[in-house]
Amino acid sequence: MSVKTKVGTTGKISMTTLTDPPRESFRLSMLINDTRYRSMTFQVMAFILLSLSVGYLYSNLAANLQAQGLRIDFSFLGAPAGYDINQRLIEYTSQSTNARAAIVGILNTLLVAFLACVMATVFGVFAGVLRLSKNWLVSKIMAFYVEIFRNIPVLIWILIIYGIMTVSMPGARPFLGENPDREMLFGMFAFTNRGVYSPAPIWGEGSMVVVAVFILSIIGTVAYRRYATNLLYKTGKLLPMGWPSLVIFFVPTIVIFFLMGQPIGLDLPDPLANRFNLKGGIQIGAPLIAIWFALSIYTGAFIAENVRAGIQAVSRGQTEAASALGLRSGRVMSLVVLPQALRVIIPPLISQYLNITKNSSLAILVGYADVTATLGGITLNQTGRAIECVVLMMLFYLTISLLISAVMNVYNKSVALKER
Amino acid sequence: MSDTHAHSVAFVRTQDVPMAPPPSNAAGPAKWVKDNLFATPLNGLLTLVALYFIYAILSSALPWILGGIWNAPSLAACRDILDGASAACFAVLSERWNQLLFGFQYPDDQYWRPGLAFILLFIAAAPVLFFDLPRKLLAFTAIYPFVAYYLLWGGTIFVPILALVGVAGGFMVYQRLVAGSFAAGFFGGIAAAFVIWIIGGWLIPDDASANAMLPAVPSRYMGGFMLNMMLGVTCVSLSVPIGIALALGRQSSMPLIKWICVIFIEFIRGVPLITLLFVANVMLAYFFPPGSGVDLFLRVVIMITMFSAAYIAEVIRGGLAALPKGQYEAADSLGLDYPQAMRLIILPQALKISIPGIVNVAVGLFKDTTLVSVISMFDLVGMIRGPILASTEWNGVYWELFGFAALLFFIVCYGISQYSQWLERRLATDHR
Amino acid sequence: MRKSVILGALTVAGLSAGAAAAGTLDDVKARGKLNCGVTTGLVGFAAPDANGEWKGFDVAVCRAVAAAVLNDPTAVEFVPTTGKTRFTALASGEIDMLARNTTWTFSRDVDLKFTFVGVNYYDGQGFMVPKALGVSSAKDLDGATVCIQTGTTTELNLADFFRANNISYEPVPIETNAEGQQQYLAGACDTYTTDASGLAATRATFENPGDHVLLPEIISKEPLGPLVRHGDDEWGDVVRWTLNALITAEELGVTSTNINEMAANTNNPEVARLLGTEGTLGEMLGLDAEWSKRAIAAGGNYGEIFAKNIGEETPIGLARGLNAQWTNGGLIYSPPFR
Repeated sequence: MSVKTKVGTTGKISMTTLTDPPRESFRLSMLINDTRYRSMTFQVMAFILLSLSVGYLYSNLAANLQAQGLRIDFSFLGAPAGYDINQRLIEYTSQSTNARAAIVGILNTLLVAFLACVMATVFGVFAGVLRLSKNWLVSKIMAFYVEIFRNIPVLIWILIIYGIMTVSMPGARPFLGENPDREMLFGMFAFTNRGVYSPAPIWGEGSMVVVAVFILSIIGTVAYRRYATNLLYKTGKLLPMGWPSLVIFFVPTIVIFFLMGQPIGLDLPDPLANRFNLKGGIQIGAPLIAIWFALSIYTGAFIAENVRAGIQAVSRGQTEAASALGLRSGRVMSLVVLPQALRVIIPPLISQYLNITKNSSLAILVGYADVTATLGGITLNQTGRAIECVVLMMLFYLTISLLISAVMNVYNKSVALKER
Repeated sequence: MSDTHAHSVAFVRTQDVPMAPPPSNAAGPAKWVKDNLFATPLNGLLTLVALYFIYAILSSALPWILGGIWNAPSLAACRDILDGASAACFAVLSERWNQLLFGFQYPDDQYWRPGLAFILLFIAAAPVLFFDLPRKLLAFTAIYPFVAYYLLWGGTIFVPILALVGVAGGFMVYQRLVAGSFAAGFFGGIAAAFVIWIIGGWLIPDDASANAMLPAVPSRYMGGFMLNMMLGVTCVSLSVPIGIALALGRQSSMPLIKWICVIFIEFIRGVPLITLLFVANVMLAYFFPPGSGVDLFLRVVIMITMFSAAYIAEVIRGGLAALPKGQYEAADSLGLDYPQAMRLIILPQALKISIPGIVNVAVGLFKDTTLVSVISMFDLVGMIRGPILASTEWNGVYWELFGFAALLFFIVCYGISQYSQWLERRLATDHR
Repeated sequence: MRKSVILGALTVAGLSAGAAAAGTLDDVKARGKLNCGVTTGLVGFAAPDANGEWKGFDVAVCRAVAAAVLNDPTAVEFVPTTGKTRFTALASGEIDMLARNTTWTFSRDVDLKFTFVGVNYYDGQGFMVPKALGVSSAKDLDGATVCIQTGTTTELNLADFFRANNISYEPVPIETNAEGQQQYLAGACDTYTTDASGLAATRATFENPGDHVLLPEIISKEPLGPLVRHGDDEWGDVVRWTLNALITAEELGVTSTNINEMAANTNNPEVARLLGTEGTLGEMLGLDAEWSKRAIAAGGNYGEIFAKNIGEETPIGLARGLNAQWTNGGLIYSPPFR
């Protein structure tokens, strides 16, 4: 073909070949056949399709709302919510606005997500390391734990764990009165199916000094350990680590505490103040504990698998090389295996944190007032503003997820740089 | 060497001495126990703690399970039989067995239909899951969706046949045109399918489902574990092609298409499934044309499919990224255009790498189908929390029911994850 | 008449729920099924029995409407709804009417654009406490932990009541009645609050109902009734007057057993108008003359429905109380049929 065109009269016939320079004259078929225009064509088509479907959905929405005389309106957020919330981190009464109820819910979501992330990591690392244990029985039990929690829906686990807590723990009433049927642990802690009651600190005069000293002693401990490590690396001189740290950590605070005349007291749960409940101290509600524990133990099973995979991904040669250098087994783990395993563990770990945050929306099953229960639950029920509430709720979760993903990307980049 | 000297040296043995058995503490169960359970004092302590832990659980659970009552009309009657003893009332399972599996509205004389569809599912899934089976079995896999639809929903047989004919016609047109250009084949196939459906829609008589061979069952009547299975299987199989498209779109060099896919994937992955189900339940109805009620099952399928498609897209993107760059360059150097390169070279390899990941997503999704109980659908958990626990007979039975639900899910999910591990091992050997 | 083909195919398959175009009455007739929203399960009001058949007080209203419009009390598609989804289901046309013990309030009527067609049960929010607690009044509940079933007006009433009496409480929101019961019986809350009828129904299923008492305070007005969308008055009239027919039938002594006899030889012009042997009331509604006869025959008159589902003979054991006919000192009152 190309031969023919070379021989024949060029320019007269509209036949193009690979050797021909691109023609300037534009034909419609070039939109689909010419790679220069094709991607543009597709994008324009996609854009038209997209705007058509968005427009179609929007016109349906408008028509439906019109037909029922409704409109999208966010003013309900400013109206009083009218209901009470049992678990709240900020001041809230039934006279507060729906927006404030939503914020209470958001904070509760963040609280339970944070607590569950910490606890799930503990469970996961514990189970993941023990699963690699040389002890046959222990590793089998951990394998059993991982399989049983990974293969049963978290919804069922939440219901089962809440049910077990409700049924197996005593109510609050046995702890009440002059001669209670049950004694509080150390006279301070009560474990009931309404929650855990524990003492709360009372900040008296001068307590700030104690707190300041405490913070300073933390800094001091860290500084001492740094200094000792640097000294070790520079001179090879090994300073004792354990007991000086403890001394620096505890002694100044305790001394100041008694010097200031014990300014920090304890507010104990009082069994006599009320005929129904223990009053005073800190109360952690049963719904919070249930959803916290259920999410942690469920996600812990997934994290255990990540941890195991991470440790196994570090080649045996590394361990053997470290041993050959004469490192003790604890140091082999902390200096050689773990830093490398972490690189494998952390990305899936963060996506598990993301899952915890999203699964915390199941808190409605146990009556914990997270954002799905306040904004997407009672507020939605009471105001009937379904579209507005669901959209706001999705925006919140989306923001959190994107923030966590951004953190993950930053981490991934930093790891990737080190790798090269 | 040695045997040449054997005859000449009198004190050399001509036979091996039979091996002496190892000392009793270095062999057999004793050694195993010592090595695996009591290697160090700390290890021994751990073993004892673990043993006590197992004993504590079994000693309370076993009598409860073994002493269970399997036959009683209500909880009160069951408690009468137990007479104060602490044991399970499994009678609720035997009495409500069909409700737990099929929901409370599926007609009792039609239970064989979902049962048959369930059995056929294994035959249809087998050639997809096990590559060694004859490829001809895939033909059954291809018609299974229509068979299953007909079995579950019943009604006139024309609907699934018409759907099948439409798909087949579309496929034939695609085969015809794909040689010329993939886009032409793809869109031509879709257009052909729609033409067939539209023409066929006119041909089906209006009262076709009135006296059909299998009575029609509305989707509202589906419930129990069947509903979980239906949602899981439908949504996973629908979301794989969508996920592939999204993954390719996300890698595309066309900025608009890339950003549409990125926004879609990140949005869906950023919100909990339960909010998407709220959307299906309380919002989606507003986005359909006024007057066309689309029922809850379909709305939920749409949302769950979108959800799992986003996750599967990320898995496949991982598979695409894991392929060596050389594969892409090789395809280019052969002069293949984009659809050809994807279809013939990139996707077959990328999908193979992604299969374990897709199976994991499928397991997670199957577990997540229990969330539909929150939006008033009566799946297995919904049946338990709704009609069964609310009934006067079985009000107050928790552990037996939730234990049963947990067991069912465990069997299915554990089975799938074992398959996934088997597959991973097999694919790993293929690479060597 | 045919919709788009895909939708048509879906309708054939039963995948597509009904439509809600201009006239709901015409839609229902064309569809041959009434889509009625009910609860996901509250014994006595609406709950599927062991055979999967919906039974209850609210269910009976749906069946009566179906009998009046479609001449078949079983031509009802029961759509279970939660507190969250019921209003959207009605607004979006997924259901034709909602009979889900829904309280008639100002904002639901005006802001959410629904038409409450009447009241079929006058309820009020009450409290249940264990007898052993020795509480005799809700005002003694200072500091108590309260289990609330969410999704109705209960949270708001509760907050109002405790604020008005200046006492404190710990709310524990509960999704389903069964879970509320589990919490309450395990002592995780001191008192359980929801509509008094619901409390009675719940208490009836306890192992020892005698160990629990309902407190005398009823802290709210809960007129429960069926509702339809705003703006379709013809359909609203059908539901409203079907409910009124049931009420009037009890007032006039028309029961499901004597209805044919009464229709054949009555001298009472009111009965004759009600049962369609005189006048053209059915025609005015867009139905035939025997509509109310069928509605009453479906499950009996109001009193029969009450007695059969939640009355004192049933495990739920509710007395008529406020829900007696006005002639017996109750609030149940129907405008005249003329």
